[in-house]
Amino acid sequence: MADGMRRYAGVAAATVVLVAGLALDVAVAGGGTVTALGGELRADALSAFMLTVVGAVGLTATWSGMGARSDPPPSTSYAALVVLFLGAMSLGVLADNLGVLWVAVEATTIATAFLVGHHRSRRALEAAWKYVVLGSVGVAIAFFGIVLLYAATRSAGAATLSWATLSSTQPDLDPSLVRLAAALTILGFATKAGLAPMHSWLPDAHSQAPAPVSGLMSGVLLSVAFYAILRVQAIAAPVIGTGMMRGMLATAGLLSLGVATLLLIAQRDLKRMLAYSSVEHMGVLALAAAVGGTLAIAAALLHVLGHGLAKASAFVASGWILETEGTTRLEDLRLLFRRRPGVAVPFLVAMTALLGLPPFSLFFSEVAIVVAGVQRGMTWVMAGAVLLLLGAFAALARQVASIAFGAADGDPGPPPDWSAPGRRFPLGVALGVTAVAAFVAGPFADLLTDAAGVLGAAAG
Amino acid sequence: MPESTYTQLVELSAALLLLCAVLIVWRRSLGAQIRLLAVQGWALAGLVAVLGVHEDSVELVSVAVLVAVLKGVVLPRVLSRTTAADRAAAREETPLINTTASLLAVSFLTMLAYLVSRPVLVLGSTPAVAAVPVGVAMTLLGFLVLSTRRHAVSQLIGFLLLDNGIATVAFLTAGGVPLVVELGVSLDVLLVVLILQVLTSRIRTEFGDADLDDMTELHD
Repeated sequence: MADGMRRYAGVAAATVVLVAGLALDVAVAGGGTVTALGGELRADALSAFMLTVVGAVGLTATWSGMGARSDPPPSTSYAALVVLFLGAMSLGVLADNLGVLWVAVEATTIATAFLVGHHRSRRALEAAWKYVVLGSVGVAIAFFGIVLLYAATRSAGAATLSWATLSSTQPDLDPSLVRLAAALTILGFATKAGLAPMHSWLPDAHSQAPAPVSGLMSGVLLSVAFYAILRVQAIAAPVIGTGMMRGMLATAGLLSLGVATLLLIAQRDLKRMLAYSSVEHMGVLALAAAVGGTLAIAAALLHVLGHGLAKASAFVASGWILETEGTTRLEDLRLLFRRRPGVAVPFLVAMTALLGLPPFSLFFSEVAIVVAGVQRGMTWVMAGAVLLLLGAFAALARQVASIAFGAADGDPGPPPDWSAPGRRFPLGVALGVTAVAAFVAGPFADLLTDAAGVLGAAAG
Repeated sequence: MPESTYTQLVELSAALLLLCAVLIVWRRSLGAQIRLLAVQGWALAGLVAVLGVHEDSVELVSVAVLVAVLKGVVLPRVLSRTTAADRAAAREETPLINTTASLLAVSFLTMLAYLVSRPVLVLGSTPAVAAVPVGVAMTLLGFLVLSTRRHAVSQLIGFLLLDNGIATVAFLTAGGVPLVVELGVSLDVLLVVLILQVLTSRIRTEFGDADLDDMTELHD
């Protein structure tokens, strides 16, 4: 009985978040907002969309992990920490107060610290230490920025950190103070979002955490940190313009793409490869935020959803590979497709999505971001981004190809193993959603433009 | 409270805060660093109390009590428990830069703090705003400790110094953050320190000591 509770706690929590997210999506359609607890919790189209992403990615990672035999062994603390993580992320996207958003993001550091160190090996310990120290220091910088923003509102007459108040009343804030505040806040949340050059915790943490946790961190935590950047940017833009923040985000974006490409080329570990792919996709998101405007932000949100679902699926599948093969070294995984199609097929489909091949939505969101960038006069940045994206694509494709194909050594070996140590159905749903998301016109497109409009309204 | 007393008290607590930060960088003994951190916690609580009395804010005075309990008592005690296990080696043996160089860095960073705090001075020429560079300097010194010390507990101390610096800026510029945020932040800091304490003891079991130089297995 208690075992059942432990097993289903994460799935139940993720389902609740997903249902709440979908309900809010419907409730706020057309630009409404829903508030609770005297305005402390507030859902607009953007929060509702992000809540849906948290729920969907959470469900993918937790549900497909059920039935896994050893990784991770079901324990009460593991289940409790996963629920705490999902709760903190939901609070983060629903909080109206930027301070509470910060508290929620920092709370995820706490929830995931022991999840990263779950295996208790030396490597897991090292990863957990780096993760907690770098993560906490990074978000401490963001808190410094939030404090300065609060000081600016106080000297403008009305001390507040409420996003709704700040974006609707647009108080007359001091530009030099807001510039410093925005720079520090973006820098801090960028650390948590894994943008280069503050990304060094990410590959360690992602490679050492149990696979479903890596999926949650990559698909949910990075996305929510990116969401925090979007909110802060929307508040600062009317005061100081977009120039400085565009420069910061474009630099971080290009740098992330460059770092990811370089380290993908020589990567020898499957999970580190996925981690650098996350750095790459966060770089794309940073570029979208640098571009700004409805098209780029709507595309970025579609990218958040597509990347979250595909990356969670890929991490879960990498966990199965570790479990059946006993290794995540890429050179030991050659021809996995022939030996164990049961785990290789979900992995390869997820990788196809992450490579940005059509019909998966990541292809369309990346194209839309580049088009939006060119429209807004960032031609050279986008040209650099496209080159780096092609480089990352080539590097990743080469690694994936060695798993899928490769020379057979003549020995037919044992017959292919079609079993999988977890549930493949949720991965199928997640990847199916990623595949059709870009084609579902109508309500879904409205959802994205509504969500992007929330920020546009603030940016004027 | 008369204006001149208020000014003096704010300046006194700010001076004490900065002094503790400099001494933390100077000392190698972890026990001494932890005691200095406790004194700094009390100085911060004193600063908050002075601001609270000056502004007739009951909320700020109660926050001062919270700060005193958390930063003056609880966190130093958690740190002491962490070092109690290795009494013999409770020293920072292998910092990346020596004491002279660190003290030079301290003076450089303090000057830098005054430079980067200039945008904040637009908030007015009150004694509180004039003391903001102290908070910024503490934050920068926290970074210095974090990046040059290799003992796990030293890094914890660096993190708390950084956190004290940010809290100082928050109280001086805005009278603190909204209470709900203050509570959340305090809880987060406490939990982070507890987690790092647990990790430190696991590191000690696994590697024999709490020196982070041994942790070099993860790289590309």
